[in-house]
Amino acid sequence: MTVVDETVQQCRDLLDLLPAQALAKARERHPGIGGFAVFPVYAPVEIIHAAGLMPLGLFGVGSKLEITHADSRFQSFICSIAKSTLELFLRGEMTPFAGAVFSSICDVARNLASVAKRNAPDMYIEYLHLPQNAASEATRTYTRAEFRRFRDNLSARVGRPITDDAIRSSLDVFNRVRRLVRALYEHRRSHPGTLSTGELFAVLQACTRMMPEDAAVLLEDLLNSARTRKPLARDSVRVVVEGSFCEQPPIELIEAIESAGCQIVDDDLLVGWRLFKADVPTAGDPVANLADAYVAGSMYTSVRYDSGQPRTEGLVQRVRAAGADAVVFAAAKFCEPALLDYVLFRKILDERNIPHLKLEFEEKMWTFDRLRTEVETFTESMLFD
Amino acid sequence: MPPTGPAAPVSPTVSAPRKVAAAARDYRGVVHDLSKDVMTGWMNQLQDATRNGAPSAYMMISGNCVEILRCFDILPVFPEINALQLAIRKKALPYILKAEEIGYASDNCAYVKADMGYTLSGGVGENGTIPRPTFIVCNFVGCNVYIKWFEQCAAMMDVPIVMIDIPFVRENQPSPEDVRYVMSQLEELIGTCERLTGKKFDIDRLREILGYSARAEEGWALAKSLCRNRPAPFDCYFDSINMMGPINALRGTKDAADFFDAAVAHYQKMVEEGVGALDEEKFRIVVEGPPPYPYYRNFRNLFERWKAVAVQSTYSTVGGTWEFGFRHDPDRPLESIAEQMLLHNLCNRTMIERYRQIKTYVESWHADALVIHSVKSCRLFSAGQGDMREYFTKELGIPTLMVESDLEDPRYYAEAQMKNRIDAFFESLEYKRVREAAAV
Ligand code: SF4
Ligand code: SF4
Repeated sequence: MTVVDETVQQCRDLLDLLPAQALAKARERHPGIGGFAVFPVYAPVEIIHAAGLMPLGLFGVGSKLEITHADSRFQSFICSIAKSTLELFLRGEMTPFAGAVFSSICDVARNLASVAKRNAPDMYIEYLHLPQNAASEATRTYTRAEFRRFRDNLSARVGRPITDDAIRSSLDVFNRVRRLVRALYEHRRSHPGTLSTGELFAVLQACTRMMPEDAAVLLEDLLNSARTRKPLARDSVRVVVEGSFCEQPPIELIEAIESAGCQIVDDDLLVGWRLFKADVPTAGDPVANLADAYVAGSMYTSVRYDSGQPRTEGLVQRVRAAGADAVVFAAAKFCEPALLDYVLFRKILDERNIPHLKLEFEEKMWTFDRLRTEVETFTESMLFD
Repeated sequence: MPPTGPAAPVSPTVSAPRKVAAAARDYRGVVHDLSKDVMTGWMNQLQDATRNGAPSAYMMISGNCVEILRCFDILPVFPEINALQLAIRKKALPYILKAEEIGYASDNCAYVKADMGYTLSGGVGENGTIPRPTFIVCNFVGCNVYIKWFEQCAAMMDVPIVMIDIPFVRENQPSPEDVRYVMSQLEELIGTCERLTGKKFDIDRLREILGYSARAEEGWALAKSLCRNRPAPFDCYFDSINMMGPINALRGTKDAADFFDAAVAHYQKMVEEGVGALDEEKFRIVVEGPPPYPYYRNFRNLFERWKAVAVQSTYSTVGGTWEFGFRHDPDRPLESIAEQMLLHNLCNRTMIERYRQIKTYVESWHADALVIHSVKSCRLFSAGQGDMREYFTKELGIPTLMVESDLEDPRYYAEAQMKNRIDAFFESLEYKRVREAAAV
């Protein structure tokens, strides 16, 4: 086994755990550390970390847990992540956590925050309204106030101050993590065959389940070993994967896309955990810096309206910058923001003659053969036309 | 047991006056006609604007700020009302399919699809019934789909869009920062309206408009509170649509205010005469969720045959919850508009708040049961209604029925299944009454 293989295997093992088990695992290295769950897409994790807690990405349960309670609360036409998240709350699986944060990404997530709160009345559940108007003069002030409100509420809940200095050090750590992630994305793009997206995705998702200090070490190792890896050459179509910003596809789906002849050169997987295009400055007021980075320094996502940075142009730029030939649109089943965005994405891709393919996934998928065949047909049509 | 069966016992708790059916229907007809008159006036204006180019703006219903548009003589256009009308006239499906052709998914909100399909088919613009708007005001109050819908309208029609981002109520009250953020955006909207129309903002005009709004809101609250009476003078779910058009689309006009005065007078008289919405009122229900517009009449019949009347409904409060006291205030024009958008409507509040609202309805409007109509399109309403049912049945002991279909897409309405569920529910309510009566 190479270093990359070992790292990836460790990460896959960590992803096999339920959130509470992943927290227990983190406690082996950081005795007594508290956990704080972060529902996608984005939350200011630095504030959580500065409170002495481990932010943990809540990305559903995959096939690890049978949904037996949440099905009666959320109807059949609701995305899997909402159901599996509620299942965790209903089964008391979230009790070891100090709290959880949700945000204004869609109608389902908003109602989920309420329903989770009702069923876990003693737990601190925060709901952030992240701004949808980037053009107003008042947006920065509002966003700063919103991040401060979170800091103050969290501080009151944990019973200790969250100082600016602590937030600055957390910014340092997360800046480092995000820098490494950017480097890994760059490496994957420019050195085909040395790091697959299946591998990268497993590692990055596992990084949302560990302390960022540990994640940084892991990512650094991964980057160094990927750089020494011999490329596996094969004919492939370079694609951007779009639409997986919230609920994450099963790793097997990503692997199926790759084995069907695609090289994924950019994507919006786990985008909230690597949202900023550059380091967030630490000097001055760190909460204000973080809020400003959210307002003006973020990548586009399907859960945010930003008149100055239309997502359609964003996708086209993403395709161009990555030198991609096509887009694979992979949306969670029933995900309203992803499925609505597809309409405008498809329009602009058609206008710019960029081929695209649409797939849908859900947590409980167990066979990927049909999707693999679909992708194969798509890539073959591109390779041999 | 069929509701008309000979053994149907008379409720021990409800003594419904058996007044003439015709009288009730006449009264219902009067308010319906009044509503139709004022709404037709507005729709004619829309039609005229397709050709004369009068300034117009798209806007959403939920917690809107239509008064600001009115202040500049900008004609408000509501795509949600377009979708609703297409559905109730049974014309939605071809447009839904048209939208699906350009990439909308079968799981997307069908209100969006019907409206977009209509736009793509030429329904908006010179040869249609709705003007291509001068600009779009996206009042993002609760529903995230609003943002996508309007963004897509703006892209398809190439018109400018102004976003009004309303922070969701996440503590008990909006924070001062929330209010400031909204106020700034309203001021920016006023600036845009000035630029687009070349008119100067006149605060006294706005005050006058808000005076009409407050008068209509007062009428709304009075009419709804009349449904606390037994029998209720109108069905606060099915008939409230007559009031929703005027309050949400025409608020701020003298016509809307006059409409409410007249409607209240009619309902008041009915109460005095002991006339109800039905010949006999046997069950009082609260309804949660939007109605299945493509089968409005059918759905209504399923309740009427059980002599069940809705005495309150949450759907009627998407625009505003005026029955709990809020009024626009001419003395605090922009502040009160901001408060309406932030706090005094159903959409911008949590599910937990909605549970409270329903509980108040059941208690203060003396209802026997809660009916949840879960619609696939609208996840703002439906996501989590299973938990709502759990709360009302298990924790509060209120009989609760949940049925599913859609508010726009006729393909999701299964009459036979719906009927079975509704019949079984009322049968059990009836049985419960018999048992309780026997136990006394
Ligand atoms: S997967 Fe989509 S619909 Fe579900 S919570 Fe996430 S953003 Fe909302
Ligand atoms: S989701 Fe509901 S509130 Fe939102 S646009 Fe659709 S029908 Fe209207």
